[in-house]
Amino acid sequence: MREIFNYFKTIFFALKSLWTGMKVTSAYFFKPWKIVTQQYPENRKKLKMYERTKGELVMPHNEKNEHQCTACGICQINCPNGTIEVKSVTIETPDGKKKKVLDKYIYNLGMCTFCGLCVKVCPSDAIVFSNKFEHAVFNKEKLVKTLNKEGSTLKKGAE
Amino acid sequence: MSFTFDFYDFTSFTQWVDVTLRGACSPFWAVLWEMVIVGVLFLAFYAVVGLYLVYAERKICAFIQNRVGPNRVGPYGFFQTIADLIKLLMKEIISIREADKLLFNLAPFIVIITSFLALAAIPFAKGLHPIDLNIGVFYVMAISSMGVVGILLAGWSSNSKYSLLGAMRSGAQIISYELSVGMSLIAICVLAGSMQLSTIVEGQRDLWFIFKGHIPAITAFIVYMIAATAETNRGPFDLAEAESELAAGFHTEYSGIKFAFFFLAEYMNMFIVASLAATIFWGGWMPLHIPGLESFNHVMDFIPPVLWYVGKTVVIILIMMWFKWTFPRLRIDQLLNLEWKFLLPISLVNILIMAFIVLMGWQIGL
Repeated sequence: MREIFNYFKTIFFALKSLWTGMKVTSAYFFKPWKIVTQQYPENRKKLKMYERTKGELVMPHNEKNEHQCTACGICQINCPNGTIEVKSVTIETPDGKKKKVLDKYIYNLGMCTFCGLCVKVCPSDAIVFSNKFEHAVFNKEKLVKTLNKEGSTLKKGAE
Repeated sequence: MSFTFDFYDFTSFTQWVDVTLRGACSPFWAVLWEMVIVGVLFLAFYAVVGLYLVYAERKICAFIQNRVGPNRVGPYGFFQTIADLIKLLMKEIISIREADKLLFNLAPFIVIITSFLALAAIPFAKGLHPIDLNIGVFYVMAISSMGVVGILLAGWSSNSKYSLLGAMRSGAQIISYELSVGMSLIAICVLAGSMQLSTIVEGQRDLWFIFKGHIPAITAFIVYMIAATAETNRGPFDLAEAESELAAGFHTEYSGIKFAFFFLAEYMNMFIVASLAATIFWGGWMPLHIPGLESFNHVMDFIPPVLWYVGKTVVIILIMMWFKWTFPRLRIDQLLNLEWKFLLPISLVNILIMAFIVLMGWQIGL
């Protein structure tokens, strides 16, 4: 008797769970205006981008042309395909100490796989990913970029 | 009895064609010409329906998954599948060196011919019925299960382990689910008292069988829908061509137009299964009549039977596509469990209840 009861219970719950799934898909089917696909080249003007988009690596500078990179090189060590090259110079501070500062932060966009390890490991949050994703150029040398701006200095208190 | 619209009756037209042809040439040639005309019409019908079912499937699955679907070739991507067909026609037909040449080339034709043959028994409207066999239901069942021979041959002759696995799965699946399809159709044949499709449609003049037969008819419909989805090798029962495990199952080694044959035959089988369901359960081309509501019945009579038939078939195809894009694929043991432990016992008991109801004369609308 118990087996028979269980048999019909199985059928009932199977139908119920199938119906739950079918309700979800039919709800999507009858709401075509909720489509999430963006028709890219047509809607270029009002393209909606999300903050998590990894377009390219940038180094934010504040209005005094200061960045936060201490030239520690951790990003360069962590990059799996040698995209980043941190070139540093050693200068002497007014109080006589020797100090390493950033000279050039070279980023090869053509090699980047946008894994995001560099941003994750950066101890001073000097680099972030921007939303710009239209990178097509005619010459691959143009993809090698220097991220720190001309004459920029390390932000005070960032080290 | 509500009066019928002779305007929508194709019988006189088809008889006129027959009489004209018989007057023009000898009976042998008349029959031959009729066969050629029907064959050409069906070829065109087959191509159009096959292509636009593929298009519909792609659009529907896109909407279910919050996507747009094909939208580049023509307005709303309307010519996408035609472009696909042209591409498939121009692709190289790769011949496999180790394959069994004869069977390898024969298999797609068996698959497509069986789906073509099954189409012959479907009543599209009154008078638009290629062959009105007195065992129409049995004929469609028998012919549509021949398709598995083609699938088995394709898997065997490809000389590839994935194809063979897919074909064997397909064989096990179709042989088991054939039973449930047959049993659920028998339940309705008991109610109709006939296996002739035209009689079955005429029997639904006052009310469709799904309403006439109380719960057994509804159970038979549900069992038929599940088993028919399995019979056409569609998801969630598409483990014969499970992309993620078997490459493409039995048609892994096919390319070009031979692949297109399998592809079109799959969609055409879906169309046949759906139109059989529409004919048996939902009255085929018969408009919706409710006993006692004469004015309502008259209004329904104004809609042409062909539209009724197409509408019902499209709704059932929609339901089958809805199944495919909702449910995950079953494992082979789950598949056989479902058939032998659930669908078959249920449909056997269902026939018994249906026979009891018919014997007692308890059908609605009698």
